[in-house]
Amino acid sequence: MKCETAAVLEERKGQVHRTGQGPIEMACNRDSLAGAVSQRACVFCGSRVVLYPIADALHLVHGPIGCAVYTWDIRGSLSSGPELHRLSFSTDLQEKDVIFGGEKKLEAALDELIDRHDPKAVFVYSTCIVGIIGDDLEAVCRTMSEKKGIPVLPVQSEGFKGSKREGYNAACKAMFRLVGTGDTSDISPVSVNILGDFNLAGEIWIIREYLERMGVEVVANISGDGRVADVRRCHGAALNVVQCSGATLDLAKMMEEKYGVPYIRVSYLGIEDMADSLYYIADHFKDIDPEITTKTSNLVRDELEVLMPELARFRKDLEGKKVAIYVGGAFKAFSLIKAFRHLGMQVVMVGSQTGTEEDYRELEEITDPGTIIVDDSNPLELSAFIKEKDVDVFVGGVKERPIAFKMGVGFCDHNHERKEALEGFVGMFNFAREIHTSAISPVWKFVPRREQKEAEHE
Amino acid sequence: MLLRHTPKEITERDALVINPAKTCQPIGAMYAALGIHGCLPHSHGSQGCCAYHRSTLTRHYKEPISAATSSFTEGASVFGGQANLIQAINNIFSVYEPEVIAVHTTCLSETIGDDLKQITIKATKDGKIPEGKHVIGASTPSYVGSHVTGFSNMVKSMAMQAEKTGTKNGKVNVIPGWVEPSDMEEIKRLAALVGVDITLFPDTSGVLNGPLSGEYHMFPEGGTTMTELKSTGDAVGTLALGEWCSADAARWLDSTHKVPCKVLDMPFGLSATDRFIDALRIAAGVTVPDEVAHERGQLVDMMSDMHQYFYNKKVALVGDPDQLIAMTEFLVSIDMCPVHIVTGTPGKKFEKRIRELTADMPFEVNVKAAGDMFLLHQWIKNDPVDLIIGNTYCKYIARDEDIPFVRWGFPILDRVGHQYFPTVGYKGGLRLLEKILMALLDRKDRDDPEETFELVL
Repeated sequence: MKCETAAVLEERKGQVHRTGQGPIEMACNRDSLAGAVSQRACVFCGSRVVLYPIADALHLVHGPIGCAVYTWDIRGSLSSGPELHRLSFSTDLQEKDVIFGGEKKLEAALDELIDRHDPKAVFVYSTCIVGIIGDDLEAVCRTMSEKKGIPVLPVQSEGFKGSKREGYNAACKAMFRLVGTGDTSDISPVSVNILGDFNLAGEIWIIREYLERMGVEVVANISGDGRVADVRRCHGAALNVVQCSGATLDLAKMMEEKYGVPYIRVSYLGIEDMADSLYYIADHFKDIDPEITTKTSNLVRDELEVLMPELARFRKDLEGKKVAIYVGGAFKAFSLIKAFRHLGMQVVMVGSQTGTEEDYRELEEITDPGTIIVDDSNPLELSAFIKEKDVDVFVGGVKERPIAFKMGVGFCDHNHERKEALEGFVGMFNFAREIHTSAISPVWKFVPRREQKEAEHE
Repeated sequence: MLLRHTPKEITERDALVINPAKTCQPIGAMYAALGIHGCLPHSHGSQGCCAYHRSTLTRHYKEPISAATSSFTEGASVFGGQANLIQAINNIFSVYEPEVIAVHTTCLSETIGDDLKQITIKATKDGKIPEGKHVIGASTPSYVGSHVTGFSNMVKSMAMQAEKTGTKNGKVNVIPGWVEPSDMEEIKRLAALVGVDITLFPDTSGVLNGPLSGEYHMFPEGGTTMTELKSTGDAVGTLALGEWCSADAARWLDSTHKVPCKVLDMPFGLSATDRFIDALRIAAGVTVPDEVAHERGQLVDMMSDMHQYFYNKKVALVGDPDQLIAMTEFLVSIDMCPVHIVTGTPGKKFEKRIRELTADMPFEVNVKAAGDMFLLHQWIKNDPVDLIIGNTYCKYIARDEDIPFVRWGFPILDRVGHQYFPTVGYKGGLRLLEKILMALLDRKDRDDPEETFELVL
C-alpha cells in the first residue's frame, strides 16, 4: 500500500516529530508562519474563552463589530442562573472613532449598560484596533467604576499581541483584580476553587457533586458557571485545583504569591486522571478531615462499578481502532491518550495549537513509537496524517470536524461544540459513547476511499 | 427566559450594539473569494480574524474552509505588515499551490496603513508570484460597513481582473450576490434553461456544497476561473443581483469596459424572479421557454392553494439588505405583513426602499438599517408577530416569545439544507413557501384546541 507523506513546509519541520525517531526538540511556542493556514486564534479569543462563562458579569467588546459577533454564545459555558453572558455587547467602532478615538463611545456604552442590566461587574475587552489607536481603557474603566460603584475591569486582549496563551494571561490579570475584595469569614478550611473548567456541557456540576460527596466546599468556579461574588472571595479557599493547559494557571500562581493559596494541577478527563485528581485533593485535606480518604475511595469505587462494565461494552467494538488528536492545549492530550487506552484504541497522531517544549517531551514519553507529534498544524498536514496513519476517529475542534468528515473519518468535538459533558467518570462514559457513535457509524461504509481500503484488505 | 434582559421600553442608542445583525467586512471578502476557482483567501491581519471567519463559515456550511493569515505580531503592527504579506505569498504558493490568493485587509492592517496594491507590486517584482498565478486584493476595514460591504468589495476586485480584448464573447456576466452555493447553482440552471451563456461570479457551488469523497481537497472543483474573470470585460452585459452586494462590480465593468449593466433585486419570490428571467430573456433575445413558465405556474399555484393561511400574518425580518428587500416584496405579494424589518448593515436607502414596498400595508411598519436584534426583540415585545424570518440568532427571540421561526440568511449554525436547496427562482419560491407554511401550520396544529384541531388543512 502506498503511504502518502505529509506536505510539511521546510520551516515547519521543527514542529513535527515522530515518537522514537531521534530526540524530540519541538520548535514550539513560536509565532505561526505568515501564510500558514493555521488553526490558531488570537489574544482576544484567549481572554474571551476564559472570562465569558462568568454569567452575572457584563462582557463588553470594545472594537469593530466582528470581534463581538464571532464570540457570541459559541460555547456552551452553561449557567445555572443568570444568562447575561450570552448576550453580545459591542461598541461597534466606526471609522470616525478610529480617527478621533473611542473612549467617549466606550464611556457612553458602559453608562447605559450598567444602568440597564445592573451587572455585578463588567469586563471590557480591548481588540487590535483599540491597541493601535491607543484608547486608555484603564482610565475609562476607573472612571466608570467610581461612578457606578461596581468593578469595571479592562482586559488587555489586543489580538496581535500573541496567541491565545497571552489572552489567558490577560484574563487572569483582569480576574485577579476582583480576587481579595470579598468576605471570606465563613469559608470552610476544607475548601477549593475549581480553576480551568468552563462548564461547556455541564462538567463543573459533575465535579462539584464529587467534591460535595467528599465534604469539600467549592468557593468559586473559575470560570464555568462563574459568579463575580465567588471570584471576589476565592482567596479564602484552602486550595486551588487547576485544570487545563494553563488558561487559569497564571491566576493560581498570582494567588499563591499574594495570598499563599497553594495549587495543584489536575485533569478530569479519563479514569486515572479523574481519580488521581480527587485523591490529590483528599490528600491535601487528610490532616483536617481524616475521613476524606475513605470517602474519596468509596466515591471512586462506586463510580467505577457503574462505569467499567459500560466501557467494556464499547471496547469490544473499538479495540484496535486508530485515533488522531488535535487540541488547543497539550494538557488535554495527555488525558485523552490515557482514556483511549481504556477503549483499546491506538493514538497515532497527537498535536496541539499551543503546547510547550515540556508538553511535547511528555507526549513523546507516553505515545507509541511512530506516533506523529505536531505543533500548530494546518489542514493539509492534518489530512495527510489522517491518510498516512489510516485514522478511524479524529478528536478536535470546529475547524477539524469537516476535514475528518470529508475524509470519511469519525469525529469527536472535545472543544467548544461538545454537547455532552466529557469530564468525570460519567464524562468518560459519555466520551466512550461519542467515540463509539462516530467510529462505528455505518455511514463510513459509503465513503469511496475507505470502501476501496476494505476491498484491498479482503 | 434567555433574553430576560431585554426591556420592552425602547431608548435611543448610538454608542452600543446589542446582539448584532451584521458582522465585519473580512468574512464577506472571504466568502466571495471562495467562489474563485483554486483560490486561497488570505486575511492580512491577526490570526484570530482568520480563525473566526473560518469557524463561522465552517459552522454555516459544514465544510472545511481554508484561508491563510499574515499572523500579525506586535512587531508587524508597529513596522507595517509588508514583510509578513510578502513572506505569506511566498509560503502559500510554495506549500498550498493555489491558482489565486485573494487578500483582504482587516481593521489592523488598514489602520497601520498597509497598501495592498503597493505590496502586491513589490511581491511581483521580487519574483514571489509564480508565472500564471495571481494575487488579488480588497480593502475591507472592519470599522466600515458590514460583512455585506466586504463581500461587495471583493466581488469588485474580481471584476477588476477583467481584460478587454475588443471582441465580445457573447456571454452575460451574472453577479449573484451573497447567496448560497445552492442558489448559485439554481441561477446557472435558470440561465441555461432560458438559453443564456453566462459567467457567474463569484460561484461557490461545487466549493462549499461538495460531496464526501473520502479525500480532502483544499481547492475543490468549483469556482469561477481567472480566465472567466478576465473575459468579463468582453461580455455583452452584466446583470447584478442586489444593489448592496453586486452593483459596485457591475458599475465598474460598465464605466471601465463599457459592459452595460442592469442592477436587479435578488431573485427571491415571484416578482423579483420574473424581473430576473425577463432580463435574461432580453439579454438572449429569446422568448421565455415553456419549462420556465411551467415552474412559474407552479409557484403561483401554491400561492393560491394556501393563500388563506398567509392573510395578514405579521412577520419580523432580520438579515442583509438585498435579501430583505426581495423577501419583503414577496411577503407583501402573498398578503403577509412584514412589520418589523432590521438589517445591521448601514444605509438609509434601505429604509426608503422597504417603506416603498410596504406603503399599502394595513399595519405600521418598523424598519431600521444599522439596527440590531435587541431592537428587533423590543419591537416584537411591543407589537407581537406570527412569524420570524432570519438567521440562527433569531432562535433566542423565537423561543422566548414563542413565535414560529424560519431560518433564512447568514449564518445558519444549527440546521442544514441551505447548502443544497435553493431559495432563489420559482423553485426556490416554492421552498420558501413550504418553509413558511410548515412553521405556521405546525404551530396551528400545536395550539388548536381539540374541537377545532383539523386533519385537512
